[in-house]
Amino acid sequence: MQPSDLKSGQFNAYPPQAKALVTANLAVFRELPLSFLPGVLREAIDYDYKFPAERRALEQEISNLAKLSPSERLQWLQGFAKISISPKLEHFDWVNYPAQFVEQLSAHLWTTHQLDAFRIAATDYADRLHAAMPPEAPKLPRLGIAVIGQGVDSYDKPLFRKLRQHGAYFSRVAPENGLRTLLDTMAARAKETSLQYAHWYIDGGDPIEHDPAITSVSYGSLEPVRAALLKNMHSAIEKPGMGPEMLRTLMAGWRPEDLGVKSSSDPVLDRFQVRLLTEGSGTQIFSTSFTQWGAREALRRAEPTTLLVRFAPRQRLKPMNELISSAGERPELDPIGSLVDADMGAYYNWLNQQRLPGAEKSAFLAWFEGHNSAVVIGPSVPRGTESNEPTDMKQLLSWIL
Amino acid sequence: MTLLDHACQIARTRREFLRDAAGVAIGASIARSPFARASAAPKNRKVVVITFGGGARDQETFAPEGQENVPNMLRDLIPRATFFTQVVNRGILGHYVATASLATGAYETINNFASLPPENPTVFEYYRKDRKRPSSDTWVVAPSNGFNRIGESSHKSYGAGFGARVILPKHLLSSAMSSRHADYEHLLRDNYESPYFTPDLAGNEFELQQLESLLKLSVDDFKTNARTLSSPDELSVYIARRLMKQVAPSLLWITMHDIDIAHAGTYSLYVEGIRRTDRLCSEIWKAIEDEPEYTGNTTLLILPDFGRDADTDPGGNGFQHHRTGDALSRTTWLIAMGPGIREGIVHDRAVDSLDLVPTIGSMLSFSASQSQGKPISEIL
Repeated sequence: MQPSDLKSGQFNAYPPQAKALVTANLAVFRELPLSFLPGVLREAIDYDYKFPAERRALEQEISNLAKLSPSERLQWLQGFAKISISPKLEHFDWVNYPAQFVEQLSAHLWTTHQLDAFRIAATDYADRLHAAMPPEAPKLPRLGIAVIGQGVDSYDKPLFRKLRQHGAYFSRVAPENGLRTLLDTMAARAKETSLQYAHWYIDGGDPIEHDPAITSVSYGSLEPVRAALLKNMHSAIEKPGMGPEMLRTLMAGWRPEDLGVKSSSDPVLDRFQVRLLTEGSGTQIFSTSFTQWGAREALRRAEPTTLLVRFAPRQRLKPMNELISSAGERPELDPIGSLVDADMGAYYNWLNQQRLPGAEKSAFLAWFEGHNSAVVIGPSVPRGTESNEPTDMKQLLSWIL
Repeated sequence: MTLLDHACQIARTRREFLRDAAGVAIGASIARSPFARASAAPKNRKVVVITFGGGARDQETFAPEGQENVPNMLRDLIPRATFFTQVVNRGILGHYVATASLATGAYETINNFASLPPENPTVFEYYRKDRKRPSSDTWVVAPSNGFNRIGESSHKSYGAGFGARVILPKHLLSSAMSSRHADYEHLLRDNYESPYFTPDLAGNEFELQQLESLLKLSVDDFKTNARTLSSPDELSVYIARRLMKQVAPSLLWITMHDIDIAHAGTYSLYVEGIRRTDRLCSEIWKAIEDEPEYTGNTTLLILPDFGRDADTDPGGNGFQHHRTGDALSRTTWLIAMGPGIREGIVHDRAVDSLDLVPTIGSMLSFSASQSQGKPISEIL
């Protein structure tokens, strides 16, 4: 089926708000190439479970596509129109399974050596969209915080090597009340701008007490969900003919209720948390992977104004089958390896924050929990500098906020 | 910026670093280089290929910040090797299909997760058919069941009967144990991207009873030695060394895979995998120098199957995967060393990963007629 054949009745299985969004824009969807439209539908089908920032971006994108004249639209999407699609993909039910279509399209692009052409088309389209609808910077400049090294008594190798060149490194930070100061700062910011999903706290272990206005996700609190997920994975894998691709597709389809999550007052956040586990790689078994991926997804999807990410020790490496099948057992931890993971994770958090609007004004702080090392990055912080002067968390924050 | 521009930029970084760190010369100035010396290639030449897998980035290997992870190759191998700073892989970046492409010299499009043979003739088939060599002269040591079909293609003019013998040390160890045992679990790690994925074996794989007849290794000794090792790749190298000592194949292909733990998102384990692989590559070179059948007549070729995604590509998640197809994930390096190959030389020109098979063809005197690559003249 081609996009030009679309009819409103085909979207009956979509959640209500998604259905309304799509059917209101059918005329423009009919004009889009098949290599492009399922990508939009993949976002649209989840509209009911999207964060406000995502909803806004999707609505703006569709509205922009509708505003373009036919010749402009042709120009914007010419790269996509040149992508050749196999008959098998054309016959795929991409209306109801757009994510699976995109996955299969990706394999098709690799196999037919069209991946580079697709990348160019996607980059060109994104650049045009960005120029036509520049994203809005947050009113309060963004603040990212990464707390790493929980449970490590001493570590003599240099930390924050990738971050230091972008800001100032401090080697004599008083660690007392450091975490409390950071959480209090978050709470103050949450009072200043109280938009939903604007302030996030992600913990790789069990969360410590924090302001209820802050959106909180933690590896520890998801323990029952992870156990249910690993059990489901274990059963799925034992079915004859189950391969990695089929398993991935199956996992992507699991909803909160499939993993024993009782309906809460925040189905959007429930869905987000489950997706971290069903779509992330390693997030089911390693808390450092969960924390880094959670931060990345929170930044990409919710575009928070404040994000505090606290890494915790992950379990030691064991054979992957054993890691999956030993849910519930008390694992042996690897604090030093987790520190190295988190050091890289902190750098990725900063990179992902810098991809968001208002990057030139945003600030970032990374701290070795309970120790004296920290790095701060911000518009007024001299890059690549070091200080051996005694300082504390409040002072560090005052320099970047 | 094109893929080639990106690759050139990566190559410059590697070259400048290697010049400082290992005192190597640039290809264009070979004549002036005090390090450049080469002896004639021997007649009874052997070739050992190591794929530095699965998927290692520039910044964790030969870029300045990666140097701490490859001390053995820097110290022991690079000064005695010709180093190519940009080997570009334009194919599918899945480990099995990419390794199959390296082995055939043609970009394979087989399903990465299926137990299928390559569609184009492999380097082993070319060698055995052209040179009329027995199956015992070409061996593959590979990490997991997913690689069990790598030795022999489905090509109608080659295929059945012309392939390499394939040995899967993890599979062998599993067979040697009546049940899972805690002492060996660390050697039986599964495919990190797809836990539990163990396609049925079909092909030329090594049977347990041949441990004794071919490798002169009892099952008990095998198990005892395995207990002292720390990873699946260590197990592979242990078996490869045994193979070199007892069978001495002319063409030996060793596929490393520990590094692919990166898919689990743990940077420390990824870097640990690189450090281990660096050490194992150096050990293989030492084995080549120590074994009478190999010393003085063996070319060692080391290259990653491909890289991993760049930190800066928003479509990926940095080192974790190789899904974006960006320049960093496609651009790797090649170390070539042995008699007839100039020492301490760096070449910046782009080499295609498909060039490996016709290059081995020139070294071992066979024609890789179906390969899409070209021989790398600088090491012939």
